[in-house]
Amino acid sequence: MSDEAINGVNGLNGNGGRSALSLVPKTDQKQTMKDFKTDQEVRWCPGCGDYAVLAAVQSFLPELGLRRENITFVSGIGCSSRFPYYMNTYGFHSIHGRAPAIATGLATSRPDLSVWVVTGDGDALSIGGNHLIHALRRNVNLKILLFNNRIYGLTKGQYSPTSEVGKITKSTPMGSLDSPFNPLSLAIGAEGTFVARTIDSDRKHLQSVLREAAQHEGTALVEIYQNCNIFNDNAFEPLKDPSVRDDVTIRLEHGEPIVFGAERQKALVRNPAGSFEVANVADVDPSRIAVHDASNPDPSQAFALSRLDSPAFEHTPIGIFRNVDRPSYDELLRGQVDEAVGAQGQGDLAALLASGDTWRID
Amino acid sequence: MTKKVQQLDRVIIRFAGDSGDGMQLTGDRFTQETAAFGNDLSTLPNFPAEIRAPAGTLPGVSSFQLHFADHDILTPGDAPNVLVAMNPAALKANLGDLPRGADLIVNTDEFTKRNLAKVGYTANPVEDASLGEYRVHALPLTSMTVTALAAFELSKKDAERAKNMFALGLLSWMYDRPTEGTVGFLERKFAKKPEIMKANIAAFQAGWSYGETTEAFSVQYEIKPAEHDPGLYRNITGNVALAYGLVAAGVQSGLPLYLGSYPITPASDILHELSKHKRFGVRTFQAEDEIAAVGAALGASFGGSLGITTTSGPGLALKSETIGLAVATELPLLVIDVQRAGPSTGLPTKTEQADLLQAMHGRNGEAPVPVIAPRSPSDCFDAALEAARIAVTYRTPVILLSDGYLANGSEPWKLPDVADLPTIEPGFAEAGQEDFQPFKRDPETLARPWAIPGTPGLEHRIGGLEKADGSGNISYDPANHDLMTRLRQAKVDGIAADIAPLEVDDPSGEAKVLVLGWGGTFGAISAGVRRVRREGGQVAQAHLRHLNPFPANLAEVLRSYDKVVVPEINLGQLALLLRGRFLVDVIGYNQVRGLPFKAEELQNVIQDVIDSE
Repeated sequence: MSDEAINGVNGLNGNGGRSALSLVPKTDQKQTMKDFKTDQEVRWCPGCGDYAVLAAVQSFLPELGLRRENITFVSGIGCSSRFPYYMNTYGFHSIHGRAPAIATGLATSRPDLSVWVVTGDGDALSIGGNHLIHALRRNVNLKILLFNNRIYGLTKGQYSPTSEVGKITKSTPMGSLDSPFNPLSLAIGAEGTFVARTIDSDRKHLQSVLREAAQHEGTALVEIYQNCNIFNDNAFEPLKDPSVRDDVTIRLEHGEPIVFGAERQKALVRNPAGSFEVANVADVDPSRIAVHDASNPDPSQAFALSRLDSPAFEHTPIGIFRNVDRPSYDELLRGQVDEAVGAQGQGDLAALLASGDTWRID
Repeated sequence: MTKKVQQLDRVIIRFAGDSGDGMQLTGDRFTQETAAFGNDLSTLPNFPAEIRAPAGTLPGVSSFQLHFADHDILTPGDAPNVLVAMNPAALKANLGDLPRGADLIVNTDEFTKRNLAKVGYTANPVEDASLGEYRVHALPLTSMTVTALAAFELSKKDAERAKNMFALGLLSWMYDRPTEGTVGFLERKFAKKPEIMKANIAAFQAGWSYGETTEAFSVQYEIKPAEHDPGLYRNITGNVALAYGLVAAGVQSGLPLYLGSYPITPASDILHELSKHKRFGVRTFQAEDEIAAVGAALGASFGGSLGITTTSGPGLALKSETIGLAVATELPLLVIDVQRAGPSTGLPTKTEQADLLQAMHGRNGEAPVPVIAPRSPSDCFDAALEAARIAVTYRTPVILLSDGYLANGSEPWKLPDVADLPTIEPGFAEAGQEDFQPFKRDPETLARPWAIPGTPGLEHRIGGLEKADGSGNISYDPANHDLMTRLRQAKVDGIAADIAPLEVDDPSGEAKVLVLGWGGTFGAISAGVRRVRREGGQVAQAHLRHLNPFPANLAEVLRSYDKVVVPEINLGQLALLLRGRFLVDVIGYNQVRGLPFKAEELQNVIQDVIDSE
């Protein structure tokens, strides 16, 4: 493993050079993708985008060089939440929506583990919305992979909190009425310190995002656009269709001007209201072209980028929107325990019981 | 002047006032003085759920009752001998409990026309004949306090606020309590506000001096210390004892404690207490909700901590699904339910025992969970240790049912010798096993291995889906589900062989009637039984700590008596379980008033059953 992998490719995982993995034991054995596969038959529908994500994760993990037994996958309920059964690490398939809560207990009590949460749009944003936002604001050391297919799969095709308005489904024959969540806007609003988006079918990009997420000290939220070919097929087609994808996909690179398009002919400029608009590179002064700064403590630019997403995918940013330093909750909690022990010494049970007013009877 | 000293064997005092009058603090200080003096004691705080209900109204009344004696006592007492009423609302709310001839100390400064009208008094009861059957001590406590503090640079409001310390000083003189503890307490409490500290101490001492010099009080009472076993004692509430029991479970098991909790009355004090003890490696996590609290605790248990969550009935309802997951994944988990009156929000600050069936059955599917209940405030310590022992040994969630009465009530506690506490063996699965089977059971306990992340070679996946016996892989096989369901039940049932048999107190051996209780009613039932026996009645008593599984000898005990009386502060939940399990037609006695039973009412209930024989 390279030093680059440890420290984060972009050097963004500052925190005084600390990485989320600094306390996780490393292996000196060479690992391959096969080491992370279990003997369990994978039971997603043929053609499901989850297969691609599973393969991407399994082939990425050896790069981290962590001891396999120190990696844990925690999931909720839903199609994507079957993920841990297929990973030859420790795993916990828990309750609908509750994976961030359960993973919080694990991560905050075990700094020697790399804890990953696998969740979906229903699991994370509907039944488990509360746990997700609180994990983000606390900055618990969790890597949350949010498989967003904009539909309920396991319950067979109802609309989800990320479905577009007017979605015709079994439970909404006349069209869904509720406005969807934008997961990244939500995460940035919830004080997320690492917020990213990638696509199931683009393994290289997916792994580049995972690489940064794994090292991030605190909660990393990675939204993965994932195709459900049974109940919401081709939901992300514009981002995948070779004939149009380059014109609608904005690949964010930290420190780089935000230009995109097949000929890199388009760019983002910030208008006076603070939001982004698309301009032709040829038409604007180069100094007006926005430069992506994921490390900016002010979340307004990342938020503005997140608003560019729309159900029609006219132009959709992918990559790392936000990646800022803030101590993780785990580290702060550990610090308080260490401080208490340091100041008062290890607890003495007999002394504790006899604290306060006591009297002796002879 | 020399005062007459009168010997008493026991006294029940109730301090009552507005929520803002500091009655809980006053009661607590008197309790500490009394404990230090060596009396046996039992307390009953009673306060509204509102933090500051409108001043001077009936809903805003807060009280603290203390029973202390020169002998072993079991309850906070049925009816006060002395009532301190700081305002008309406190008088009106508590007068009904006061027996004829009792001492009544009223703060006349607060008996203004407006305050009287607030609670519906058309005339001042202190001035008309309506309190004729009591020994009324009408004292201007507020103005006497203000006068005593004239030398201090205090606002009138701050001076008035010290009136509870004046009252405490007066009562401390009446019952000849030691005062050093309270002075020391005030010094610590107001260390950063020296003027307030000195004023409170001065008010306390002025109250004492007033009692000593005034002719209004001609008698000082003496209650000799009670006989106690030799040892070191302290006074302790149920919630603190429970927190200490949890810390002890961590020490005795070597497992780090992880508390996931969401604040809820009357359980929050356990969170507060445990959060002070980080030097024991205790991690406390105030979660975003009840579900996250238990989820984090279970996640920590998966990682090899002793996961704990503390709550009350409404929170237990929210945690049901996660407790079911703990049943399915067979991980240790402690769920502490400090019961309060329900349903729904109910009476948050009042006690009840109505979560028994929720604890037993409040989950989907066949999801057996061991249930245990402490019997007194100090017993919460032992019950917490026992709950942890079962959870860790059998890899199971355990529900501990405390209640609001035990949680806030207090009693003297003889400190255990730490060397005598039971040890708890985590027995983690060890690395280096070939073909590890995460659901292969210990043949004796039926517990599965606790293989924690970080252990090489034991990587495995668990979850809420049904698992194949042994391998733990997902299994939809009908026969396997039937087997696993029965194995989980058999594991919990088998704990009966590992708990103490039910002890029956039947001194003559000739009783035909058994009184069987559980949890926080132990003191009141024992006091009722004592009264029956004192009058020549024959009655046996037994008290359940383990509600699931029941002690192995319970069937035999039930069948040894003609009649079994089951008093409960619910509408018959244990009675339902006993009838269903043992086909014994027990006689329920049920009250749900948000208050503990009184000894006299249980005496009458028991006597009636004996007489009907």
